[in-house]
Amino acid sequence: MSLKVLYFAGLREAVGVSAENIDLPAGIATVGELRKFLGVRHEALTTAKNLRAAVNQKMVGHDAPVAEGDEVAFFPPVTGG
Amino acid sequence: MSEVSVQTADFDVGVEIEALSSGDVGAGAVASFVGLVRADKLAEGQAGEGVTAMTLEHYPGMTESALAGIVVEARRRWDLRRVRVIHRVGRLLPGERIVFVGVASSHRGDAFAACEFIMDYLKTQAPFWKKEETPDGGRWVDARESDDVAARRWEAVPGGKAT
Repeated sequence: MSLKVLYFAGLREAVGVSAENIDLPAGIATVGELRKFLGVRHEALTTAKNLRAAVNQKMVGHDAPVAEGDEVAFFPPVTGG
Repeated sequence: MSEVSVQTADFDVGVEIEALSSGDVGAGAVASFVGLVRADKLAEGQAGEGVTAMTLEHYPGMTESALAGIVVEARRRWDLRRVRVIHRVGRLLPGERIVFVGVASSHRGDAFAACEFIMDYLKTQAPFWKKEETPDGGRWVDARESDDVAARRWEAVPGGKAT
């Protein structure tokens, strides 16, 4: 399964890239599992507190499913306004 | 005119407020909010460290749909006429406008409530991030618990609609 992963704000700076295409091994079905998998190569994903996620541009919890072709984003709590 | 705009350019508050009711004789109330870059914000526990500029990052695409979704939710709760949300991105200096929310309705209660609701949800749901520039370097603004509390209080408020 392959999908696109985006990072924003302080997490983007810590990871060092804003976007990457990822080929996933079998067995990764949720946002939380994806985060854990990516944490091996990007330590900031493991250490960041209160990390938020979106799948296909909708804010979701870490138990949300991910599927082939999805756009998954990880970011710190938002601070607009 | 689009209800939601994400842009680097400044906006004219007078023009925006006028447009909310212009030609709509059923609009009896217009409430608005303007957010500005504060010059004197100090880091927690530190003295004399002011903000010299701020850069707003966002998630293009999701930002617009999140803001539009917040307006849809406001319309579900209150009887609203025109609604306008503008949020700027990019580098802004102290005193510059960041955000505009304007709501027109038949009566003031719905306009006041919806305007505050939209701001509270924007603060916690729309994917914007602020990075402050200070004499000591850049720092990302931390989310505030008080913003979550402000947004959560609307969970118990069904809105002004009779349904």
